Amino acid sequence: MLNQNPLWRYIVVIGMLLLALVYALPNLYPEDPALNISATRGGTVAEETRLQLEQSFRAANIAAKSVVLEDGQILARFHSTEDQLQAREIANQQLGGNFVTALNLAPATPGWLTAIGATPMNLGLDLRGGVHFLMAVDMKAALDKNLNDMVQTFRADLREDKIRYRNVQADVARGQVLVSFRSEEDVAAAEAALKKRDRELVFSTGSDNLTLLVSISEIRLREIREYALEQNITIIRNRVNEIGVAEPLVQRQGADRIVVQLPGVQDTAQAKEILGATASLEFRLVDEQGDLSAALEGRVPPNSELYYTRDGRPLLLEKRIMLTGEHITGASSAFDEYSRPQVSIKLDAKGGNMLSAATRDAIGRRMASVFIEYKPGTEIGADGNPVLIKQQEVINDATIQARLGRDFRITGISSPGEAQNLSTLLRAGALIAPIQIIEERTIGPSLGKENIELGVTAIQWGMVCVLIFMVIYYKAFGLVANCALIANLVLIVGIMSMIPGATLTLPGMAGIVLTVGMAVDANVLIFERIREELLEGRSVQQAIHHGYDRAFSTIADSNITTLLVALILFGIGTGPVKGFAVTLAIGILTSIFTAVVGTRLLVNLFWGGRRVQSLPI
Amino acid sequence: MRIFNFSQPLNFMRLKWPAIILSTLLILGSFFSIATKGINWGLDFTGGTVIEVGFATPADLTAVRQTLTDAGYGDAVVQLFGTSRDVLIRIPLRTDVEQAAVGDSVIKALNAQQAEPVTMRRVEFVGPSVGAELKEDGGLAMLVALIGILLYVTMRFEWRLSVGAVASLAHDVILTMGLFSLLQLEFDLTVLAAILALIGYSINDTIVVFDRIRESFRKLRDTSVDDTINDAITSTLNRTVITSLTTVLVLVVLFYMGGALIHGFATALLFGIAIGTYSSVYVASSIAEILGISREDMLPPPPVEKEGENTDALL
Repeated sequence: MLNQNPLWRYIVVIGMLLLALVYALPNLYPEDPALNISATRGGTVAEETRLQLEQSFRAANIAAKSVVLEDGQILARFHSTEDQLQAREIANQQLGGNFVTALNLAPATPGWLTAIGATPMNLGLDLRGGVHFLMAVDMKAALDKNLNDMVQTFRADLREDKIRYRNVQADVARGQVLVSFRSEEDVAAAEAALKKRDRELVFSTGSDNLTLLVSISEIRLREIREYALEQNITIIRNRVNEIGVAEPLVQRQGADRIVVQLPGVQDTAQAKEILGATASLEFRLVDEQGDLSAALEGRVPPNSELYYTRDGRPLLLEKRIMLTGEHITGASSAFDEYSRPQVSIKLDAKGGNMLSAATRDAIGRRMASVFIEYKPGTEIGADGNPVLIKQQEVINDATIQARLGRDFRITGISSPGEAQNLSTLLRAGALIAPIQIIEERTIGPSLGKENIELGVTAIQWGMVCVLIFMVIYYKAFGLVANCALIANLVLIVGIMSMIPGATLTLPGMAGIVLTVGMAVDANVLIFERIREELLEGRSVQQAIHHGYDRAFSTIADSNITTLLVALILFGIGTGPVKGFAVTLAIGILTSIFTAVVGTRLLVNLFWGGRRVQSLPI
Repeated sequence: MRIFNFSQPLNFMRLKWPAIILSTLLILGSFFSIATKGINWGLDFTGGTVIEVGFATPADLTAVRQTLTDAGYGDAVVQLFGTSRDVLIRIPLRTDVEQAAVGDSVIKALNAQQAEPVTMRRVEFVGPSVGAELKEDGGLAMLVALIGILLYVTMRFEWRLSVGAVASLAHDVILTMGLFSLLQLEFDLTVLAAILALIGYSINDTIVVFDRIRESFRKLRDTSVDDTINDAITSTLNRTVITSLTTVLVLVVLFYMGGALIHGFATALLFGIAIGTYSSVYVASSIAEILGISREDMLPPPPVEKEGENTDALL
């Protein structure tokens, strides 16, 4: 008989709904104000730290919900925001500068839900508050610097090969280096010599036949751009960790942009200061004659300074700086011939000469790399922001095996991970392309909370209006459509929570409201069709069957075109618009599913396959 | 319960020329308004700084303006936003101050004057290049969406209907932008999203009508083209109105309860859906009709005869 479904269909659909419901559940639990405590680079958070904190919270009469150590971080949950803020003060006082404390909202998802990977939806910054920065990397600066490096390198190379030149200069506007000579033989010889050293150079001769125009290949240009971008991202990631943000996002966008999102951060001035501060790098010789224990007691030799390595080992370094980070053009981690981790460093021509001169008489001595960074301290300056403290640490010290030049390596590194870390820091100290903030959005916490409330009430009331309308207009069939609408909302929330990349924004919530209004469309189409079929005198069962059948192609066609729009929106939109596109697309798919498959099951269950004289439609 | 119950198809096509003239006039009017009054582009497109602050007591806008002028921001636009305690301050792009620092300095200036400190609700700064790019990308998105729809409808239906569909979409977009220009409502990123959503909604409406037109052509053999289209529009009229009604219902809720940030979004969609409902009935079908759509265009392609298939019958 018509309009009957096998049992398995019911089981599959109910199963899917239950699954979505379970994954939607975490969104119902409120969030706890929490503190995230992590150690700065190199340090670790120990169990004792946790116990200490727990004790001091108790001593200060702050009732913490829980204080747990997880993934090397302490997460302390509190009952109120006041407790949370007070606890941060205490934690800051007690732990000092080696730890970063970040305010956070930790989802209070019960353990059994977390165990199956169910987490609440990601909320966009417009809903949770925080700062969004869009930064542009100044690629021109990176390319100009590269051009100037080339000038220096060419001079050195030509001198070394004893080719006489008149002049080497950079033509920044054209992205070329002009080398002029006295004779054509010199031009040819220079081209051969330079080509031998760097295969990525492109040569052409000037109109007077005495000038060599050197530019770099497209591949190399792309490499430089990528490098400048990656380098900036690495630095910003390091810095963001210093600010102490619970779930920061640092992501590249397009060819030369970086998106930074810092949820919960309100003080943009401070954030900007930290992101914009420059890190630098210095190479110094280790003072092995100096008395380290005397230095530790405060009697530092006049020509030396006391430094500490990342694991806290004291080291006396000479005051004289051999080389600064700005001369580093590249650093990468690799393996040497015995497959031990190492870091290869490339310098520009000037840096090569400086290091060569500085290491000539220092073979067998130890050279230390010092990384200098600025981070906010606990002290508050005149402008109301924390004073930035200069923080210096020795990231590596190694014995100089031979006179060093433009290319050298640091070996004897304990692990590949360490080598990777070191090369990252070396690059970070040699920032070549400056960045500029081209977009900034700060949403206060009160506005974020308000936006969520507004969105939720709008969804609720929009839903109620549509539900009432459908029951009045379609009676019992309206109830069926309403079940589909509610199932649709559960599916949207469940799927949004399941997809890790999906973020709910305010326009996204508007998208959900819009979906609620539009989702009944499929049911309206079907029900109108059934009414028509009934008017034309078909039997009840025939009318249901044809109604669904005929309406389906219309529903498919109209929704595919809408989906097309959502995809285009996702493809070219950014931030909030993308969020809107995601909810719209998910809403279209789920509404087809619930309105076509879901209601059919219910309609068949109640009216299908039996003798019914008329339909309550 | 039914909204409309017709025994005879309504003669929609009788009004096709008046409708086309009306639409043309409205489009020309929109263009005229956009050309003369321009569009009130929001921060997202122009670049600049927008600061939303919350006051503890209802805000005195004149005092706020004075404070800002004293602080060197004489060009700031100050207005209430949503409630009497929320103030929105817009500062255009400037070359003399570092843009990224404007937000902090304005809040500092306001706090210096107030007894109770203001709360920072939102600070947004958009650089000039970002705004220009967004305009370009937004325009591109609309164009790509229209072309995508043109291709899809041509593939699934017929080129005359496709042209009609795209013309009605362009009609909706232009009129909505015309309204924003006429009333000088702010055109920001959410309005752009609304217009793109409107394209999605309006095409949905149009396709439903087209689907019925195709079906009517196949069903009604000896009827004129006008009557066939009339029949299709009449039989989908209930659905068109009900869906528009439920959508308008939620949009009204969104307009009143969604907060000030969503206002532009809701306005654009409310207006757009009214226009879109009209255009999918009149603009899309009328244009297809004028372009000379006929029954032959709508019949399913004749089944390809397979060799040897009919041999049994011949014997």
